[in-house]
Amino acid sequence: MVRIGAFLVGLFFAGWLFISFLIGAVAYVSEPPVPTVEHEFHKAPKHVSFSFDGPLGHYDRAQLQRGFQVFKEVCSACHSLKFVAFRDLAALGYNEAEVKAIAKQWAIKTPSVDPATGEASTREPVPSDYFPKPFANNVAAAAANNNAIPPDLSLMTKARHHGSAYVYSLITGYQAQPAELLKAFPDSKTPEGLHYNPYFANLNLAMAPPLTAEGQVTYGDGTKPTVDQMAQDVAAFLTWTAEPKLENRRRAGLATIFFLLIATGLAYMSYQNIWADKKKTA
Amino acid sequence: MSFPWAEQYTPKNPVMVWIDEKLPLPRLAYNAVGAGYPVPRNLNYFWNFGVLAGLALVIQIVTGVIMAMHYGANDLVAFSTVEQTMRDVNAGWLMRYAHANGASFFFIVVYLHIFRGLYFGSYKAPREMVWLLGLVIFLLMMATAFMGYVLPWGQMSYWGAKVITGLFGAIPVVGEPIQTWLLGGFAPGNASLNRFFSLHFLLPFVIAGVIILHIWALHIPGSSNPTGVEVKGPQDTVPFHPYYTAKDGFGAGIFLIAFSILLFFAPNFLGHPDNYIEANPLSTPAHIVPEWYFWPFYAILRAFTVDFFFVPAKLLGVLAMFASILLLFFLPWLDTSPVRSGKYRPTFNKFFWILVIDVLILGWLGGAPAEEPYVMMSQVAAAYYFAHFLIILPLISRFEKPLPLPGSITEAVLAKYGKTDGATVAVPAE
Repeated sequence: MVRIGAFLVGLFFAGWLFISFLIGAVAYVSEPPVPTVEHEFHKAPKHVSFSFDGPLGHYDRAQLQRGFQVFKEVCSACHSLKFVAFRDLAALGYNEAEVKAIAKQWAIKTPSVDPATGEASTREPVPSDYFPKPFANNVAAAAANNNAIPPDLSLMTKARHHGSAYVYSLITGYQAQPAELLKAFPDSKTPEGLHYNPYFANLNLAMAPPLTAEGQVTYGDGTKPTVDQMAQDVAAFLTWTAEPKLENRRRAGLATIFFLLIATGLAYMSYQNIWADKKKTA
Repeated sequence: MSFPWAEQYTPKNPVMVWIDEKLPLPRLAYNAVGAGYPVPRNLNYFWNFGVLAGLALVIQIVTGVIMAMHYGANDLVAFSTVEQTMRDVNAGWLMRYAHANGASFFFIVVYLHIFRGLYFGSYKAPREMVWLLGLVIFLLMMATAFMGYVLPWGQMSYWGAKVITGLFGAIPVVGEPIQTWLLGGFAPGNASLNRFFSLHFLLPFVIAGVIILHIWALHIPGSSNPTGVEVKGPQDTVPFHPYYTAKDGFGAGIFLIAFSILLFFAPNFLGHPDNYIEANPLSTPAHIVPEWYFWPFYAILRAFTVDFFFVPAKLLGVLAMFASILLLFFLPWLDTSPVRSGKYRPTFNKFFWILVIDVLILGWLGGAPAEEPYVMMSQVAAAYYFAHFLIILPLISRFEKPLPLPGSITEAVLAKYGKTDGATVAVPAE
């Protein structure tokens, strides 16, 4: 009875799936799916190497500081960094006084309450504050940015596939819309106010190219601020903001695996020892 | 119950004698996982995965309880409390990554445990109850994992919750009220998040309870073994402790090394980047996919694209997805072959490996976007899945001619070591 019921259920599901397959296959052959413009022109991130690549990579403190400078002078005008606090910058190699000064001089002030009147006001950030947001709310952000809300950057490199390379590719990837694209997809002309970028998922991005000229930022350590260099530095900085504990994690991992290898080796020897008499013929 | 030759618990320390008289808990442990439980002497490494699944559950409970201390089950703060745990709690990143990857490793070892059972016929009489309780654990694990994935309140959390509860919406007439009732609203929101958190905390302890029943049911007939031949006497068994505790210790070491490699060096490898974007009801991700361990079932769900007369394709997909798991409950009665082990079943053996490949393909397709040619491939693969369990397996067990079985476990062991030793062949292998 169970087997007859199972046979009928199995026949139904397998049979109907097979019929669905045939219907789908006929449709696929008679009307092959039309490739979309995103499918044809979207590109995977460029290959770029960072000091933190690979299982043993470390952050390059000087690079993180340069990347922070790019964030401060360029990105932070529109993008928030809400999960990072000024105090976290100590991990970039800044000392306590420097962190204090960075917070104090930050262009955007922290929302506060006037102690005398209770009315909304602002104050200078202190190290324990998170980075203040450039816009009071999403409506203000959209209004100031052609109706697009600049996303928070704290986790950006973990929120995209190959995030570090993605950020670098996006920033350096702006270009004129290719002629072949317009020929194959005449309806896909980049709309007014958007910018063509093959590394962006739907190819047209509201953000204007943020880094346009060499020397847009002046580095204190003498590194030549080419667009490519600035893009790499800010991608490295955003990798740190997304994964600040990366180095602790890798260090703990090496110690753990070293311990486990020895423990497992001992466990194997004890297993062999205990079983020695059972694995021989009687 | 146990075999008559099982070692007896005889406490010598007066404190242990006193405890044994009042509450024989040490005796229970001794008989369950100590020297008092005789186990076939020929278990291979595939028999490690039961203990490893227990270890994975312990890791999940320990890391989960610590995470709960820092988590805010409220849709306004859930995402940021998880981020703060990662950044500002001592070893918070370790707890979170261990919990997220621990779920994956729990499923890896449980899938290996289930496939071990499928290949070696562990579900057959007299162990049907062990198998059925194991499937109950599997269903509870799936519910727990699904609800846990919602808690960080990222984009995949939110949209996954919406899609999965939407499955109930496919039920005619009562579907939508059920979906609203499950979510506590018309879309995932604070009410859903709170109840998912509550249940996500509760269910692991329910799982622990069913594991006790699973082990209890196992101890009545005793463990199965790779030959599928039942234990015939004391020479066929060894005490669980120290023999299998030593072997499981080694297995646990290998498991923890593999776990550590992923946890410390690629903790986001199995996750989806979209879950690092806070939930946004107004922005649908391009591809909504569940966690990898649900992919085979997700592929079956999406394989149904054509309505069956009055039954919409979506409902068929939901029914098929649930059927694909529920049919496993009938397995002990679908496979009627008296031979347990796949080693001695030449036809079953071939189809078993086709099934393994089929499920791997379904897994790959479940993670792929819902477009051609993936849908057509998943239709073929899903059709085979149902045909395998419901049609092919009952037919094989009826018509297959099995290979000769060894006379006993000891005979099989001696044949194995007799060959390598060469000098002393005690019992000739048949």
